Amino acid sequence: MTVLTGWTSGEAAAPSRDGHGAPARRPRRPRDDRRVAPLFIAPVLIGFAVFYVYPTVRGVWFSVTDYSLLNSPSYVGSDNYSELLHDDQFWNSLKVTAYYVGINIVSQTVLALGLAALMHRLTRSAVLRATLLLPWLVPNVTVGLLWAWLLDANLGFANHLLHSMGVGTVSFYSPTWAMPSVALVNTWAYTGYTALLLYAGMLQIPQELYESAVVDGAGEFRMFRRITLPLLRPILALVLVVSLIGSFQIFDTVAVVYRGSPIPETRVIYFYIYQQAFTFFHMGYASAVAMVLVVILGLLTFVQLRLLRASRSDLG
Amino acid sequence: MSSMSARRGSRIGRGMAWAILIAAVLVTVFPFYWMVRTALTPAGDLFADSHALWPHHPTLINFKRVLGMTSAERARAAGGSGAQINFLWYTLNSIIYSAVIAIAQTFFCAMAGYAFARLRFPFRDALFGILVAALMVPPIFTLLPNFTMVKNLGLMNTFFGLVAPSVLMTPFAVFFLRQFFLSIPKEVEEAAVLDGVGRWGAFWRIIVPMSRGPLITIGLTTTVWAWKDYLWPLLVGRGEHTRVLTVALGVFLQQSPNTQPDWTGLMAGSTLSVLPVLVLLIFLGKRLVQSLNFSGIK
Repeated sequence: MTVLTGWTSGEAAAPSRDGHGAPARRPRRPRDDRRVAPLFIAPVLIGFAVFYVYPTVRGVWFSVTDYSLLNSPSYVGSDNYSELLHDDQFWNSLKVTAYYVGINIVSQTVLALGLAALMHRLTRSAVLRATLLLPWLVPNVTVGLLWAWLLDANLGFANHLLHSMGVGTVSFYSPTWAMPSVALVNTWAYTGYTALLLYAGMLQIPQELYESAVVDGAGEFRMFRRITLPLLRPILALVLVVSLIGSFQIFDTVAVVYRGSPIPETRVIYFYIYQQAFTFFHMGYASAVAMVLVVILGLLTFVQLRLLRASRSDLG
Repeated sequence: MSSMSARRGSRIGRGMAWAILIAAVLVTVFPFYWMVRTALTPAGDLFADSHALWPHHPTLINFKRVLGMTSAERARAAGGSGAQINFLWYTLNSIIYSAVIAIAQTFFCAMAGYAFARLRFPFRDALFGILVAALMVPPIFTLLPNFTMVKNLGLMNTFFGLVAPSVLMTPFAVFFLRQFFLSIPKEVEEAAVLDGVGRWGAFWRIIVPMSRGPLITIGLTTTVWAWKDYLWPLLVGRGEHTRVLTVALGVFLQQSPNTQPDWTGLMAGSTLSVLPVLVLLIFLGKRLVQSLNFSGIK
């Protein structure tokens, strides 16, 4: 932290008198850009130091303290972490999140892959793509409200539809259905977006491959398996990791639909952190739980950055 | 004969494929249609109209009351809780919040992205490495200390506290733009620098106009991100003056009686949170769908 800011201010304060002394001489290129560089990077460095580096260090510190927002943090060693190991609610939140991520990612990826493949082979319509993107543009809070109303136990349209198809009433808020419902609602919200990313990847595949496969008499399913899937793999892997990272951070939908007090079956890890920090004011403990999430998501992001590099070389 | 049946088979296949796409569009659009339909339904008709595709007595009263354009008594009579709600203000807050963050962040991150791609200065690669490493820290982790900092500085429920963490930069925007600037041939600006416009001039007159696409991409995705943002504004901007739409919708739901939420009012409020992005989609949809492309990161 001090290194970053110290360096910037030092550079900014450095005198710059070049060019004034010898106007007749051809302007010589400076050895490097250390005189202008601080101008370019100062706002970003300040933002980064104050709102990323400093809080990251403080977050790690909080996680080994007892801190209630009212007192100042007091060091407790690894207490928070050992408490974590015996905290059923924490393990439950991990389990619930994993369950959510499983349903959400599988359904979303399969549907998006199917939609992308259909679009790729049928149409280049921008209107269609824009329409499919709409749910992604809308706040998760709104998505949660729309579906809370559609799935309402008394007047919801979903149950009306199920009724008219001869299926009985489903209580979407019951412990059994609560998490699958939330997961599928978010699948609704993100499938279009995911499909567009995969579609963009498919456009990179040379069209000639399909043309010659058609000449060879290959059907659509065969082409999908033999051409689309293998060549899409780098993009597919990347999209999968990005979706996973996003999926682990489910919060808004649950927090809004359950009005701030979700049933245990929907108390995901993000919500558990939020609850520990801002309902019980266990800042230290909440930071320790957040550290677990840092490790999980850090690993995923590491893979993502690797894949970003890989996909670049694959698709040239 | 066989080729004919194959062609017929493919025609049936195409028909089914289109049917699936149309079904996907219907599933995508229907909840929004239902939202608008409910917003136009008088609260008293909610039960009678519960599965009518169009309300029997369409009304604008729900929009009027969430926009604070009716008296408390009339709002209560129309199914509201009677609490003061002013979605016009919240919508404005959301628009300002998104616009300020998107414009400022894109601007600052473009400058830094250019510096990391082109300028030579000490510790450049080390700094950039730290920046990329920060991509691995999930937002909730920095959110807790950022909250205590904003709180201790007395910036709760101020616009400054609300935008502070994201107005200057996100590591991703710097990363994304730097990768793009790297792909521009060096010669393009080298000549300009020698012509004496300097790095600053080369950036503004050559690089920025050339990079309109990626800059709009980052600007748009940041706008959407800020528009959807909920947790941070919930924590630091819950107060009436800084309340954005997402927070307002959550508060509105909590204020409604436990037995049955005020659905017609909620759907009117939700419609307000969809309209601006719909406008965005209509005017910039093509640009937006074209920009969603991982291979753009080169």
